[in-house]
Amino acid sequence: MAAQDTDTDPMVTSPIAPAAGMSTLHKIIFAVLLVFLIGLPFMVYPVFAMKVMCFALFAAAFNLLLGFGGLLSFGHAAYFGGASYVAAHAAKVWGLTPELAVLSGTAAAALLGLLIGSLSIRRQGIYFAMVTLAFAQMVYFFALQAPFTGGEDGIQSVPRGKLFGFISLENNIPLYFFVLAVTFGGILFLYRIVHSPFGQVLKAIRENEPRAISLGYNVNRYKLMVFVLSATFSGLAGAMKSQVFQLASLTDVHWMMSGEVVLMTLLGGMGMIFGPLVGGAMIVTMQNYLATFGAWVTVIQGVIFVLGVLLFREGVIGVISRWIKRPL
Amino acid sequence: MFELLGIAPQVLLGQLLLGLINGSFYAVLSLGLAVIFGLLNIINFAHGALYMAGAFVGWMLLHYLGIGYWPALILAPLIVGAFGILLERTMLSRLYHLDHLYGLLLTFGLALIIQGLFRNYYGVSGLPYQIPDLLSGGQNLGFMFLPNYRAWVVVASVLVCFGTWFVIEKTRLGAYLRAATENPVLVGAFGINVPLLVMLTYGFGVALAGFAGVLAAPIYSVNPNMGADLIIVVFAVVVIGGMGSIMGAIVTGYMLGLIEGLTRVFYPEGSAVVIFVIMAIVLLIKPEGLFGRAA
Repeated sequence: MAAQDTDTDPMVTSPIAPAAGMSTLHKIIFAVLLVFLIGLPFMVYPVFAMKVMCFALFAAAFNLLLGFGGLLSFGHAAYFGGASYVAAHAAKVWGLTPELAVLSGTAAAALLGLLIGSLSIRRQGIYFAMVTLAFAQMVYFFALQAPFTGGEDGIQSVPRGKLFGFISLENNIPLYFFVLAVTFGGILFLYRIVHSPFGQVLKAIRENEPRAISLGYNVNRYKLMVFVLSATFSGLAGAMKSQVFQLASLTDVHWMMSGEVVLMTLLGGMGMIFGPLVGGAMIVTMQNYLATFGAWVTVIQGVIFVLGVLLFREGVIGVISRWIKRPL
Repeated sequence: MFELLGIAPQVLLGQLLLGLINGSFYAVLSLGLAVIFGLLNIINFAHGALYMAGAFVGWMLLHYLGIGYWPALILAPLIVGAFGILLERTMLSRLYHLDHLYGLLLTFGLALIIQGLFRNYYGVSGLPYQIPDLLSGGQNLGFMFLPNYRAWVVVASVLVCFGTWFVIEKTRLGAYLRAATENPVLVGAFGINVPLLVMLTYGFGVALAGFAGVLAAPIYSVNPNMGADLIIVVFAVVVIGGMGSIMGAIVTGYMLGLIEGLTRVFYPEGSAVVIFVIMAIVLLIKPEGLFGRAA
């Protein structure tokens, strides 16, 4: 029962390109993506496009931990939502400019990630997933009860403010380009991490932990580092989202959000650079178009989860990557 | 009456009883998780949803078929268990050769589907379920009032937990089960039908969740969301106890229920998170869990 069927298990086989720079294919894809995103707000509703980008960054940050670190966290809503609350509070109550509000949210997520990560990495596999979920639930209760989070209402009508103190973000288009710069930069940074020597060590740990230990790597330190990095970028995504929607709410910290980011990564292809971006875009688009079905969205997401795990473990990008025989 | 730290004993005992009731549900649910985990090596995320389904099946039996509480206490777990066996045969059994995390993801998806469906058809406001006539009312113990039904919940959960422990630790069937947990291949080689054992184990673990659901129906209103938040607390209970021993899962469940009750008396704001805090402490001191074996 313990035998690994390596053909169909992306947790074991997902390829990582060698560390030497960015491959030409990836450069082309990123360039095309950037051009597409620059034109996007003139084709679709900018707020929807911004939502997609925030969730793409969130899923990419989550994928760093699951796809490249091999750690399944079921509590990433804590960093996404935690940062969203802190950024909203910073912008509304402290009156910080958007970039500083986002930074404070991100820093809070990093700190939270350090705290929860250092405890959670003491358990492995399934226990790790349960521990992270339980801690995220603790953050949820905190958001529900703390005096500054607004309980059931959340923090509403967060001002969008002036970027660097002089560029007004009230209009959707300037805000869009701010979000584009931050999320695209974040995704490129994550790409750099994966293809750095640090990323190679992560891969080694994921493939064979005892061997990495015997080679002298402090495995727990690497795990904690990737956990904190993942939490930080999830926080960046959450903080941006609170600026876009001018709202931080319990939805952002709920376990459902933790499940959604797992779904995005699974659907797009875990361990793939472009997987979570596609998965995030697909789930957000689906939620947008199925909103009229109300509560059925949960059922549909559950069905996608089940089908994804049973039949489609490689994800969309995983399948394409196998067709063209190149890591994506 | 004496007072303890400025808290009336009625309040203290009342909250302890409430804690014991919660602990009963933690114990039965974490026991089911531990039994399933032992043989299948997966964490059944759908456990909370199936607990909720148990309560709903009890409610449906009463409202659509006129079948009362006592038969429902047997029938609902059987129905939920049969449903679990169906899930195991059609889906879970396809994942045993993969990383165990896929089992978690699959059961999470199933939980979303089950909860979503009940929410669509019954809303979120909750449906009432009458306490059976035999157990309505309560006893005045002089120092506190003990509702009969709540006493029954504690007794029933203890009986079920003890029965499960007895079957697993003291009978031949349990010996097969424990052996299959250690080495399924070898047990299969001895001519024991391991896939059948796995199927029945999952069915039984899930039936325990259904049983807890029926037990909970008259106390909490029957609500599609009743299992979702509970299961996360039960996960923390399982991490604290470690899933190495059946008795460990049971004892940890009751103990944490009581601690939660005590917290509600002395520091009400902390009662929602006390179990998570204990989990953090246990992770620091004894990461493998109080009753767990070092991984």
